[in-house]
Amino acid sequence: MDIELRGITKRFGPVVANSDVNLTIRAGEILGLLGENGAGKTTLMNVLSGLYRPDEGEILIDGKPTRFEGAGDAIRAGIGMVHQHFMLVPVFTVAENVVLGVEPTGRLDHLDIATAREQVRAIGAEHGLVVDPDAIIEEVPVGVQQRVEIIKVLFRSADVLIFDEPTAVLTPQEVEDFFGIIRSLRDAGKALVFITHKLFEILEVADRISVLRGGKIVGEGDPKTATEAELAEMMVGRPVSFTVDKKPAVPRRPMIEVRNLKVMNDRHEVAVNDVSFAVRAGEVVGIAGVQGNGQTELVEALTGLRSAIAGSVVFHDEDITHASARHRHKLGMAHVPEDRQREGLIETFTLAENMVLDSYYDEPYSTGIRMHWPKVETEAARIITDFDVRTSSVFELADHLSGGNQQKLVVAREMSRDIQVLIASQPTRGVDVGSIEYIHKRIIAARDAEVGVLIVSTELDEIRALSDRVLVMYRGRVVAEFDAAAATVAELGLAMAGATA
Amino acid sequence: MAVTDTAPVTTADIELARRRQKKVNGVILLGLAVFVAVAFGATSEGNAVFRLTLPRDAISIPNLVVPAAPYAYIVAGLLAFFGIRQFMRGGGRSTNVFLGIGLLLVVTAFLTWATAGKSFSLTGMLESTMVRAVPIALGGLAGVLSERVAVVNIAIEGMLLAGAFAGALIGSVLGGFVGILGAVAIGGLFGFILAALVVTHRVDQIIAGVAINLFVLGLTSYVSSQVLTKYTWLNNAPVFRPIDIPLLSDLPVIGPVLFRQNLFVYGALIMVLVATYYLFHTRSGLRARAVGEHPEAADTLGIDVYRTRYINVTIAGMVAGFGGAWFTLGSVGRFDEGMTGGRGYIGLAAMIFGRWHPVGALMAALVFGFADSLQQKLAILHTPIPSEFLAMAPYIATIVLVAGLIGRARPPAADGQPYIKE
Repeated sequence: MDIELRGITKRFGPVVANSDVNLTIRAGEILGLLGENGAGKTTLMNVLSGLYRPDEGEILIDGKPTRFEGAGDAIRAGIGMVHQHFMLVPVFTVAENVVLGVEPTGRLDHLDIATAREQVRAIGAEHGLVVDPDAIIEEVPVGVQQRVEIIKVLFRSADVLIFDEPTAVLTPQEVEDFFGIIRSLRDAGKALVFITHKLFEILEVADRISVLRGGKIVGEGDPKTATEAELAEMMVGRPVSFTVDKKPAVPRRPMIEVRNLKVMNDRHEVAVNDVSFAVRAGEVVGIAGVQGNGQTELVEALTGLRSAIAGSVVFHDEDITHASARHRHKLGMAHVPEDRQREGLIETFTLAENMVLDSYYDEPYSTGIRMHWPKVETEAARIITDFDVRTSSVFELADHLSGGNQQKLVVAREMSRDIQVLIASQPTRGVDVGSIEYIHKRIIAARDAEVGVLIVSTELDEIRALSDRVLVMYRGRVVAEFDAAAATVAELGLAMAGATA
Repeated sequence: MAVTDTAPVTTADIELARRRQKKVNGVILLGLAVFVAVAFGATSEGNAVFRLTLPRDAISIPNLVVPAAPYAYIVAGLLAFFGIRQFMRGGGRSTNVFLGIGLLLVVTAFLTWATAGKSFSLTGMLESTMVRAVPIALGGLAGVLSERVAVVNIAIEGMLLAGAFAGALIGSVLGGFVGILGAVAIGGLFGFILAALVVTHRVDQIIAGVAINLFVLGLTSYVSSQVLTKYTWLNNAPVFRPIDIPLLSDLPVIGPVLFRQNLFVYGALIMVLVATYYLFHTRSGLRARAVGEHPEAADTLGIDVYRTRYINVTIAGMVAGFGGAWFTLGSVGRFDEGMTGGRGYIGLAAMIFGRWHPVGALMAALVFGFADSLQQKLAILHTPIPSEFLAMAPYIATIVLVAGLIGRARPPAADGQPYIKE
C-alpha cells in the first residue's frame, strides 16, 4: 500500500505545526523521518493516523483521496502507529491490550479471551515477536512492551506502520533486536515510517530519508550516500559539531566521595546497593546504565531528596549523608533533575520566578518576607540571555517554552551561581541537537573551571562525549569502570546488560 | 575493564519495612486480647442465648447458647496467640488476614458480652444486615461503575436522595413499579448531568458532585416541607413486601437472610452479578476499564472516551436511583428530608474497601450493614453503652476500614482526571 501526503498544513491556534508537507510512503520500504523536537514530526504522523485533522491538504491512499474522521478510520485503512509513549493499559494483559477496540466476542457481548490469546500467539509466531499473551503489561520490560505495540498494530492488519521515536527507551541490544524486527516487516511488504532525531540510527536502518524542520520538509537524503554531518545541518539549519571539544581533564582533590551507599526505592527494595565512588574537581564522571537500575535513587540520595539507609556521602570533608537539600545547595551543589517538567520547573510560573526557585529566600532576592521582584527580573533576564534561552520575556510562563529551552532554563538556573559540584541527570533528554551542543559546551566549561561533574545518562553517546571516567550501573551496583577515551560502545553495552567480562 | 564485585542483593534490607508492620499488628492484637479479657471476660456472667429461628420458620433449629465469660477468655487467648505469632513469624500476606479474623472475634465477643443473661435473635440481625446493606451496596456499585471510567462520583448521595424522593412521589400517585422506574430515571438524569458537567465541561469532579448533592438536598427538602406536608396523599407510597423464594426460603438461617427479602435485595444482588460480568467478561467492560486506566490509549484505538464515560456514569446514576427508591418504596413508604443520611458516602467507602470491584463493594456494604443493624439491635438489649455512641457504629466502621485495613488498594489510573481530546 502506498500513501501520499499532499500539501498538509496543520495549525494549533497561531502556531503552524506543519506547513505544506508532501511525503510519500511506499510498501516494502523504510522511510526515515528526521527532525528535531518540535519540528512537527509527531503532529504530521498524528494527522496520518487520524488523531488530528489537517487544516489543508489531502491524504491519498493508493492514489485515492481519503479523509479520516478519527483514529478508527485510519486503523481501518490499514495505518497503525506505535507511539513514543506506549499506548498500553498497564494493568491489562498482553492479549487484552492487543485486542482492545477490535475484540473477538461471543454471545451477550462476551469477551472471547481464549481466541484473543491464540491470535496473539499466531501473529507472534509469524513475525518472530514472542510474548506471553497472559503477562501483565506493567510487569514486562519495555522491550517486550514495544513488541506488544507492534503486535497490536499488526493485529489490526496494518500495512503501514509508523514508529515515533521507537528507540528512546531501549538498550543498545534491544535496539539491534528492534532493527531486526522492522527489517523483517519491510521484507514482508509492509510500509514503515521511522521517526527519530538520532542520525546514526536512521542511516543504519532507513531506505530513504526525509528531513523536517520548522514544520516543513527541507530535504531528502539517500542513506547510502548521506553523512551524519549533512543530515544534521539539514535538520538544524546550520553546521553542527558532534564532538565536544575538550582538553584532557586535570582532576584535583575529591569533591564528593560516596562510600558504601545503600538506598531504597519507593517499593522498599534496595535500589542502590553498596556503591562507592568519588568525583574530583575538574573531571566529569559519567554514570551509564539502562533506565531503572538505581541511577534515579542514587542521584536523589546525593542531592538530599531521598534518605540513604547505609553508607555515607562526603562533600569536601563534611559528611552530608543526612544534610537537607537546601544545605547541600548552599555548599555549592547544583542539581539538574532528570524530569524537568516535574522536578526542574514549575510550568505555571514565569521564567523569572523559576529562575529563583532555589534562591528566593535570601539576599539579594528577598529580605525577610519581602521579595525584591525588580532584582529577580533583571537577574533572570541576564542569565536567560547568557544561556541562550529563546524567549521574548522573563514574564513568559515556563510551559510556553519548547523542551530544549526549558532544559536550558533549568541548566541556567543551576549553573549560574558559584558551584563546586554539578549533578546532572539526563541533561539533554528530549532536547534538540542545537541545544545539546550548547549544554555540553557549558558542562565542559564548568569542568574546566574546577567543578566536579557527575553526569547520569541513558544515552551512551552523551556519556562518551562528556565523561572522563565512566561507571556502569546495573541492578543497583556499579559493575564496571572505564576510562572514557578507551571504552567502546560494545564494552559499555555489555556492562549495561549485566555481563561481566 | 575493571569489574567490581557482584555479591547478591541482601534480603535483610527488604525485610525492614515488613518487620515494622509485623510489630504494629502484633501490638494491636495483644492490646485487643487484654481489652477483651478485661472489658468482656471480667464483667459478664451467665449465658448468651442466640436465637437462630424466626417465628415464621418452617424448620426450627435449637438456640445457640454461649457461656459469656468463658467465651470472652477463649477469644482473648486466641487474640494473644495471634499477636505473639505476629511477633514470631508474621509479615507477608497472612498479616492482614489475621488482623481481620482478630477483629471479627472481637465483634463476636462483644455481642456475647452484650447478650449475656439475655436472648438475642441472630438470624433477625443478619436479615436486617442484608436489608441495610442494600442502599450502601447500590451506592458502592454506582461508584464502581463511574470510577471504572475515571469519573469520581461524589454525587451518589444526591442520586440516592433524588431516587428516594422520586420513588415516594411517583410511587404514591402511580404505584410502586412506576415509582421504581421514576427513581431509576431521575438517578440516570443526574448521572447524565454529572457526566455533562465533568466530561464535556471539565468542571472539577468533586465540585460538580457536591453541587448535585446540595441541589438535590435543597430541592427535595423544600418540596417535602412545602408541598408534601400539605398534600399528604403525595407522600404515601406502597412498600414492596418480601417475596419468598419457594423451598430455599424454608432453609434455616439462610432462608430468611437471603431468600425471604423484597425486590430491592434481590435487585441489588442481581445487579452486582451483572455488573461483574459486564466489567470483567464483556467487550464493553474491557473498553470501559481501558477508558478509566488509560484514556489516551483507548482513544488511539478508536474507542470514544467521552461516549463511554457518558454511558457508564448515566448507568451508575440509574443504579443509585434504584438504591434511593429502597429508602421509600423498600422501607417506610414515605419521604423525609435528608433521609439517606450519608449512605451515599458510605457507599463510596464500600467501593474503596471493595477495591473497585462490584462483589468487593457488596461485601464491604455487608460489613457496614452489619454495623448499622448491630447498633439498632443493641439499643434493644439495653447495653450500658449510650445509644448515641451506638449510632456512630457504621461511621466508625467506615473510618476503621478505610483508614486501617484496606492497605494498598489501587484506583483506576486516570480516576478523577478529565480527558482532553486534541
